[in-house]
Formats: sequence, C-alpha cells, structure tokens
Amino acid sequence: MTSPLCLRGGRILDPARGIDRAQDLWIDQGKIAGLGEDAPAALRSRKDVQILDVRGAVVCPGLIDIHVHLREPGQEEKETIETGVRAAVRGGFAAVACMPNTSPPLDDRPRIEYVRRRAADIGLARVFPIAAVTVGQQGEQLVEIEDLVEAGAVAITDDGKPVRNAEIMRRALELTRELGIPVIQHAEDPDLKGTGVMHEGWVSTRIGLKGIPDIAESVIVARDALLAERTGGRVHVAHVSAARSVQIIRQAKARGIHMTGETAPHYLLLTDEAVAGYSTSAKMNPPLRSERDRDALIEAVVDGTLDCLATDHAPHTDIEKDADFESAPFGIVGLETALGCYLKALVEPGHLTLMELIERMTVGPYRVLGRPGGTLEAGAEADVTVFDPESRSTVRASEFESKGRSTPFDGWDLPGRVLLTVVGGRIAYQAATSEATLQ
Amino acid sequence: MIGGKKDLLGLEDLSAQEITGILDTARTFREVLDRPIPKVPPLRGMTAANLFFENSTRTRLSFELAEKRLSADTVNFQTSGSSVSKGETLRDTARNIEAMGIHLVVVRHQASGAPHYLARHLDAGVINAGDGTHEHPTQGLLDIYTMREQRGRIAGLKVAIIGDVMHSRVARSNIWGLTKLGAEVTIAGPPTMMPAEVERFGVRVAKSVDEAIEGSDVVNILRIQLERQRGTLYSSLREYARVYGVTRERLRRARPDVTVMHPGPMNRGVEIAQDVADGEHSVILQQVTNGVAVRMAVLYLLAGRNEAPEAPTETPTVEATKSHDEPTLSPRR
Repeated sequence: MTSPLCLRGGRILDPARGIDRAQDLWIDQGKIAGLGEDAPAALRSRKDVQILDVRGAVVCPGLIDIHVHLREPGQEEKETIETGVRAAVRGGFAAVACMPNTSPPLDDRPRIEYVRRRAADIGLARVFPIAAVTVGQQGEQLVEIEDLVEAGAVAITDDGKPVRNAEIMRRALELTRELGIPVIQHAEDPDLKGTGVMHEGWVSTRIGLKGIPDIAESVIVARDALLAERTGGRVHVAHVSAARSVQIIRQAKARGIHMTGETAPHYLLLTDEAVAGYSTSAKMNPPLRSERDRDALIEAVVDGTLDCLATDHAPHTDIEKDADFESAPFGIVGLETALGCYLKALVEPGHLTLMELIERMTVGPYRVLGRPGGTLEAGAEADVTVFDPESRSTVRASEFESKGRSTPFDGWDLPGRVLLTVVGGRIAYQAATSEATLQ
Repeated sequence: MIGGKKDLLGLEDLSAQEITGILDTARTFREVLDRPIPKVPPLRGMTAANLFFENSTRTRLSFELAEKRLSADTVNFQTSGSSVSKGETLRDTARNIEAMGIHLVVVRHQASGAPHYLARHLDAGVINAGDGTHEHPTQGLLDIYTMREQRGRIAGLKVAIIGDVMHSRVARSNIWGLTKLGAEVTIAGPPTMMPAEVERFGVRVAKSVDEAIEGSDVVNILRIQLERQRGTLYSSLREYARVYGVTRERLRRARPDVTVMHPGPMNRGVEIAQDVADGEHSVILQQVTNGVAVRMAVLYLLAGRNEAPEAPTETPTVEATKSHDEPTLSPRR
C-alpha cells in the first residue's frame, strides 16, 4: 500500500456537499480520510505522510468522463486501454466509462472482464466498461444484460450506432429498470442521417457536403422519451447536439420521465462554420451544429437539462483523418482538452460557477450511472483532481498521450492546467513541471 | 495566379473583378480558337496533369484541348475510384505529383473538398474540375462567359437556374459568379433538391418553373441524375419531366430572345425538351467551344506563377485587342 497523502492548503471544491474552502485533504488506504481537522488525529501525526503543497489550486473529486472510446480490443492502432487511460489522467480524469463498439464489441462477459483486467493491470484511471445492448451491436438480439452487469458493465449502449428498433429499446428499458443502470442512446435516425457528413444548414449548402439534419437526432430522443415514460426505464442521451433534442429532454424531465443527457466540449465551443475549410478535425457524429443549437446546449447545461459533461473521446489514426472530408472517419479526441474547454466555454463567460462545472464532471455523471462517487466525503474512494484554473497553456496535439491527435482545439489557448490526478489514493498523474508547486 | 492564389478551387473565393479578369482573358483565347492553327506557346515546357477520379468525357477533353492549345505537355490519370480507398488515393497521388514535377493539376473528384486537400499539399497550381456537389468553377466561368457573349452584360441579367440545385456543383459555381457580377438569379426545382438555407446565396427561390422562367434573359437547365438519389427525393423521371422539364411552352414566359443553356450531358425529354435543346434559343454548343477558351485562360493565369524550364524560341503571335489587362501570351518569367 502506498503511504498516506496530504494535499495541503488547496481550495477544496466538493459539489456533492457544497463545500468550497481552503483546507488540507487527507488520504489513507485508498480512501478519503477527511478534510483538515476532521481527518483522524492518528493519521495527521504520522511521519510517513507524503505532503503535497497545492495552495492556489483547486482540489476536487476525481473527474469522470462517461463517454470514451478506448478502441481495445481490436482497434489498437487508434487507441489502447493504456494510452487511453494515460490520456485520461493527464486530462484530470480519474475515471472513464468506455464504449462497447470495439472489435469485437463488448457484448459478452469475457470481453467486459478483459477490459476491467487490463485497466486494473495498468492501474491509472478507473475504467467502467459499458456493454452493448444487442449482440454484435447488430440491433437484433439483446445481450445477456444481467450477466454483463454482474461482470462489471455500468450501462448498456450500442453507441456508434443507435438502437434503431423501438421494440428492442422498449425491452432493454424494461430489463434494466430494476438494475438501476441507464440505457445510453446514440440518438440518430439512420434514414434521416443517410450519407450525411456534417450538419445540414447553410455551411453544408455552401461547401457542398451532404447534411445530417438536427431532426435525425431529435426524433429518436422524442421516441425514447415516450419509451422511457411507458417502461419506467432510464434513457441517457449521449452527445446531445441539437436544440430540438434539448427541448424534448427538458419536457421529459418536467413530466418525471427518467431521461438524462450529456454533451461534449466541441458542441459548446464550435459551430458548423468550423467545417468550412473541409477540416477533418471538425468531423464528428453528431456533427457541429448551428449557433442556435450551441446556445441551447449551453442553456441546457446551465439549467440542468443536460446532467453531465462528457467528451466522446473518439481517437482515429492520423492516416485515417488525413483525407478528404467525406472519406475521413467521424470522431475527435477530447480527454486531454476537456477541462480547459469546459472552463473556457462555461466558466469564463460566467454561465457556470467553478463549483457547478465540477458538479457536472463528477457527481453529476456518477448519478447518471446510478453509482456512488464524485465526492470528497470521508470514506469515499480517494479519486481527486487538482488543477489550477488560472494557469493557461497552448494545446499541442503532438504531445498528447492519446494515440489520436485529431482535435479542432490544436493550438488553442485554454485555461485550467491539471496538476495532479489521484486515483484510489495513488498519484496517477503529476504535471511534469509542477514539482515546485507540489512539494 | 488568380486573386493572389495558386489554385482555382471555386468561384466563391473570387471577387467580381477577378472573375471579369478571367473572362476578358478568355476572350483573347476564344479568338485564338478561330485561327487556322489554333495554338499558342505560353505553356511550353510546362506539364499539366488531368486527374479524373470520377468519370467525365467532355470536361476532361476540354481541359486537355485547352492545355494542348497552350502548348503544355499533358498527362492523364483516370480512375473510377471504386476499388481504392479515396483518402489513400489522394494522399498517394499528391506525393506522386510532387515527385514528378508537375506544374498544374486539374482534378475532378467525387468528394467535395478533395481539390482543396490537394491544393494544401502541393506546390503545383490546382484547378477544380468539379468536386462532389461543391463547385465546378470553370463550368461556372464558361456559362457566365457565354451569357456575357450572348447578352452583352451580366449585371442586372435575369437568370433562371432550373433543377437539382442541391447536388449541382454547376449551380453553385453559377450562383457565386452571377451574384458577384450583379445578376438576378432565380432558382426552381423540387423542394427536396433545394439545399438548406439556399436563399443565403442571394438568390430568389421560385415556387414553380413557370415562376422562375417568367421574364428571364437566361434559362440554365441543370442535369438531373435521379439514378443517384435513393428514390426518396423524387419519384420518377416521368414525373420530373412533367413538373420541372423545360419545354417550349414553358419557355414562352421568358423574354422572346431568351438564351437557353445546359452544362451537358443532357437528358433529352427529361429536364430539357428535345425542341428546346435543339431550338433557336439554345447555345449549348457555344458553351462547349467557350469552355476551351475559358480553361485556356485559367491555365494561363495560374501558370503565371511557375517558371517555364526554358525560354521560348518564338515570340507570342497574338495581336492585342483593346482590353487593358490583355495577356501577352508569352510565358511569364
């Protein structure tokens, strides 16, 4: 076991309990031992405590990103569990939930167990596997849901594709209702999407690319709201991109339907104008949409219609992304820029307080998964993120830990330098030049 | 160089002045084409590569002819693009072109933005010969050249563009060029083939073909390719012809001396009636001839940035006309 840890003098932000004050955070045996005087006296008097001075920095529960593509097994040229979790902890994420659209997909117990075992062996970020809804993600036959949940799956989704068949969606919701896990929907009507590659609007018209209309997303969100209402199951809408979808989720919540939603940094900082130069680093699915959609998403994050902030970290090789726009695959990376992007999109303009932002990146996503976590309460798993919200730096994709380098934020100046990521009481990441700060 | 750029990727990128400059240059070359020996030396020693990733006969022939009339060496590459991954082909193509020391690249590709990719990766000048559903700038230029030739002006001209605007690169290039030069553009076609927010091009969207044609100076008819649609945008060619086909009767609503154009190849009896295609208003074959002159102008202007490897042995033989920015037709040094 590692020695106890004391993060000295940081600004403790624990949204689960509404705490915002400068205090020492004590960690022992992989758990949070307490704040300041509340930590056991016996621990505070021990000589083998590793003390890190984090004055001036924010100390918050370890961030969790519930929408990450780790690509292993099967697509290790894009990302591996190891490179993915290295990217995660560098970005301040103590935990990630990984999507099942690997090759083969995570649709049976051995594959779920494989991901967990690999993650445990690497020992950096926590990895929560999400299982497929249907065998092979083929949309036809349900997976063995309870066996997969027992093996450690925290949710089910066919992400990468939608659960197209309403009957299967209905039954998946009925079968998960008592398990307390959400069915995560990649909301997209494949017929309305067609062969579209970007948002359908003025930019797609101008540059002659086939559009994906906002309703391709929203009709499925509307359908699933009805299915959630009828079954009592929980639908979590992945990567919400459209104003119309937001409106439906807001109405569903008001009617007591168990529907939650997430968005990703690029939808808050960019619009379809970013595609204008055929830049493949602006190609993802769902696509960057209009200014109106962007404004609606920000509003939805602020009022809680969208419960949490994810990344949809979707790495591809440089070779794949270095192509004409239509040929390049959908997807960009996000783990190593998300915190800075969210600070820039939400906190700097005053849409959210720092506390509110952290809520949506910690306890918020844990709540979506129906799991405990995302707090600095004594006895909780010692997952902690320390960052300096004032320090700014330039994004350099070439320095990413992720194998994926495609990001529209390369070269951007972003706030919020991650100094330390602690996972289960162990230092999983420490900024290279932070030795002076962290003594 | 055109507009300070080494490439011609679209008319969206050009100013009215730059477009007019190309048209004026094209007029000189149009005269060359009427000579007994229609050949001039300005591109001697330069090599143009025609890369056609998508099938095309007339555009490729037109470019090749333009290059040869300018005394360039030409190489052709044509592929259906089906067997090889598109991205891979483009990247490798770019590398090969670099290695072969080609000066000008003419590219036709099924993916919108493919010429932009090549332009970014190459020192050679890139000419977009049609990319996906984006632009076909030389077609737009030759259409506008023909309109100017026929009507004497572009500003204030009433131009109706009829058909599948959404999938038409010809429509986009026409619209950009015409609106920049002050024409009044009206479009009409099936609502399913009108792209989102199309009015932001600065065009009027008519509710019917009749409404669009009403009082027009020029009717430019787009080729319909229903076989490319998935059967959801329109039911049948028969229905299309009935509702959107330009017939002699519909044409009566236009000005009596209306100019009828079509970029080809035509579906006679579908988007254009037989007697309209071959009628007295049709300038479809003039468009083809003008196409060579316009492409010569574009090649000539873009070649200006490149050094020809050796000095020409003969002097330019074109007598200058009145235009102030007349090309000398000698290789620029």
